[in-house]
Amino acid sequence: MMNRIQQTFAKTEDHKCMSLFITAGFPTIEDTVELVLGFEKNGADIIELGIPFSDPLADGPTIQYSSNLAISNGITMNKIFDMVKQIRSQSEIPLVLMGYINPMLRYGLTSFFEKAQEVGVDGLIVPDLPLDEGHMIHDLATTHGINIINLIAPNTTNERMQLADQQSSGFVYCVSVTGVTGARDGSEVQKSVDQFIERSKEHITNNPIMVGFGIKSYEDACNISKNVEGYIVGSALIENIKEHFPKPEWKSEIFDFVHRLKFGYSRGGTRRLTKGSISLKTDI
Amino acid sequence: MPEVTIETYQQPNAKGYFGSYGGKFVPETLIPALVELEAAYKEAELDASFQHEYLRLLHEYVGRPTELSYANRLTEHYGKAKIYLKREDLCHTGAHKINNAIGQILLAQRMGKKRIIAETGAGQHGVATATACAKFGIECVVYMGAEDMVRQKLNVDRMRLMGAEVRSVESGSKTLKDATNEAIRDWVTNVEDTFYIIGSVVGPHPYPMMVRNFHRIIGDETKKQLFELEQRLPDYVVACVGGGSNAMGIFYPFINDPVTIIGVEAGGLGVDTNQTAATLTKGKPGVLHGSMSYLLHDEEGQIELAHSISAGLDYPGIGPEHAHLFDTKRVSYHAVTDAQALEGVRLLSRLEGIIPALETAHAFAWLEELMPTTKKDEIVVVNCSGRGDKDMTTISAYI
Ligand SMILES: Cc1ncc(COP(=O)(O)O)c(C=O)c1O
Repeated sequence: MMNRIQQTFAKTEDHKCMSLFITAGFPTIEDTVELVLGFEKNGADIIELGIPFSDPLADGPTIQYSSNLAISNGITMNKIFDMVKQIRSQSEIPLVLMGYINPMLRYGLTSFFEKAQEVGVDGLIVPDLPLDEGHMIHDLATTHGINIINLIAPNTTNERMQLADQQSSGFVYCVSVTGVTGARDGSEVQKSVDQFIERSKEHITNNPIMVGFGIKSYEDACNISKNVEGYIVGSALIENIKEHFPKPEWKSEIFDFVHRLKFGYSRGGTRRLTKGSISLKTDI
Repeated sequence: MPEVTIETYQQPNAKGYFGSYGGKFVPETLIPALVELEAAYKEAELDASFQHEYLRLLHEYVGRPTELSYANRLTEHYGKAKIYLKREDLCHTGAHKINNAIGQILLAQRMGKKRIIAETGAGQHGVATATACAKFGIECVVYMGAEDMVRQKLNVDRMRLMGAEVRSVESGSKTLKDATNEAIRDWVTNVEDTFYIIGSVVGPHPYPMMVRNFHRIIGDETKKQLFELEQRLPDYVVACVGGGSNAMGIFYPFINDPVTIIGVEAGGLGVDTNQTAATLTKGKPGVLHGSMSYLLHDEEGQIELAHSISAGLDYPGIGPEHAHLFDTKRVSYHAVTDAQALEGVRLLSRLEGIIPALETAHAFAWLEELMPTTKKDEIVVVNCSGRGDKDMTTISAYI
C-alpha cells in the first residue's frame, strides 16, 4: 500500500514537489495548523513540521530563532501531536516531523512512534541521527508505518549514498551545501550543487530525491531542483514570517510568498512563463 | 592472593560506545570528517614518531612530567590519610588542557588541516589551543559564550595576545554549551579544511576516546611517581568533573587497579535547586553535542541551563565514559556547592601556598567528606587540574 508521501510523488509526476518546513509553535502555537493548511492551498505538496530543540546544532540563526520562540511559547511534543491530529482531520497532505533525537528519546521512542502513527504522521527526519545510529529507530518506524528520510550532503561518499537510499523510504533529502540551514545567495548554492545532484542520482535509485538548504525563491528552486523530484524550503519561509508577523494580514503575505515559491507568480496573478518552469516535467 | 574482582576494562567498542553511552550523533556532513579523524588517529597512535613528537613537546614545551607533591600541611589538617597533589597547575598555560591541545594539533598537522577551531568555557582550553596554534603557526578561532568572556576576561586577553580570534557567542545561555553548538556549526560549514579541537572527553566518537588518551599521561605519571615515593598504589584518586577530561586522564590508568576512584561535580547552589551543574547526580540519559550520556534536560528533552561558579564546570553534559563508569559504579560521583568550592580555594591557598582554579577546588572541597573516613596509612591523590589566577576576579568578590 502506498502511503501519503509515495502517493504524492506519484501525483506530482508532472511537476516539482514542494516541501515546506515550519517550526511547530512558530510564530505562535495557535497559528501552526492554519499556516499548514494555507501552505497546502497555495501549492505545498509536503509539510515538514519542525520539533523545536534548545540546541539545534545543524541549524543556522533563522531556525534557532524560530525554535527558541516556539519553546518560549510553551510548545511540547504532545501539543505537536495535537497539531498533526487537527491538520489530519482536514487534510491528506503528507506530514513529516523533523527534529533532533533528544526530545524523542525523552518522550520515549516507543511512545513517540505509537503516537505519531495514531495522529497520522507519515515520515520522520532526524538531522543528528546519521545512518550509523539509525538502528535506534529503524524497527519502530517500520512497525508503525513511518517513513524514515535520511539526509545526504555533498561530501557523502557513494557507498553511504547507497546506504542512505536503502535505509530511507518516502524520499532522500539532499542537503545542497555543507553547512547549517539558512537562506543563501542562489549562485553560491548553484555552483556546487549540480555535480552533487548528478552523483546522487546515480546512487539513489529507490527513492525520489528532494533537495534543500539555502533555497529562497522560485528561481532558486527551478535551478536547483531541475533534475530531481522536488525541493524543500525552510529558512526563507521562516524569515518571511518573521518579517510580516504580527502585522495585520500577515498570513495573507505569507501565503502569497508560498504561492510565488511554487508557481513563480502571486495569487490571482497571471502566469509568467519561465524557461525551465518548475511546473513542467524536466528530464528526470 | 586477593581475588581480582574488576574485569579488564576495554572501552569504547568499535562504534564508539562505552557501554550504552557515546556514539556519533551528528549531521551526515560531519561523518566523513569523523571517519577521516578516526583513521588518522589510529594510525598516529601506532606511529612511534608521532608519539615521540607528542612526548617531546609535552616535555620541552609543557614542562612534563608535572610533580606529584606531598601536601604535608593539608595532610596534618585532616590528620588522616596522606594527601598527594598531581600538579597539572604547573603545566604551561596553567592547566591540564594543554596535553590534549598539543596532541590534537599534531594530529591536525598530520592531516594537513589549515584552520583550527575550538570551544571554551573557562578559557583554559581556548588558551591551550591558542597557545598550540601560535607555536605551530596555524589559524585559530575560539568560540566562547558572551557571559564567560566577561567572567574569564584574563583568558580572552591571553588568547587574543597569542593571535587567536575569539568569537563571542550570544545564543542560548551564552556559556560553554552554546559555544560548543557554534563550534560544531562552524565545523559543519568548513569541514574540508578545518580541524575541531574539542576540549574535553565529550563530543562524537572518536573524541571522548582520543581526548582521554591524550590526558592519560596524568595517571600514568602519577602511578609511576607514587611507586617511586611510596612503592605502592594510592587508595583514593579524586578529580573534579566538568566534561571530565582531567578526571579521565588521571582515572584511566587506575581503572583495573584496586583503587577507589571519586569524581566531584559542580553542585552550584545545591543539587536540590535548579542552579546546578551536577549532571550525574541530577541528570538523565540523552543526546547532546554528538554523544549519548547523562544530561540536564527537562521533561520535553530541552537542555537545561547549568549553573556553577566555575565556568569550566558550567556545562549540562558530561563525557560518555563517565556515564558508563557511573552506571557500572566503578567510579563514585559526588557534588559540592559553589560555597564549598570557595572554601576549598581558601584551604589550599592557606595551607599549601597553591591557589587552585575554581574547577579544581571542587575536588579539594570533597576532602571534607572523604578525609574523616580514611586511615592514617592510606594515600589520597588529588588531581590539581589547574591554577586559580584566571579566577581571581570571581574569588576576590568573596574574600
Ligand atoms: C583547571 C580546570 N580543571 C577542570 C576543568 C573542567 O574540564 P574537565 O572536566 O574536562 O577536566 C577545566 C575546564 O575549563 C579547567 O580549566
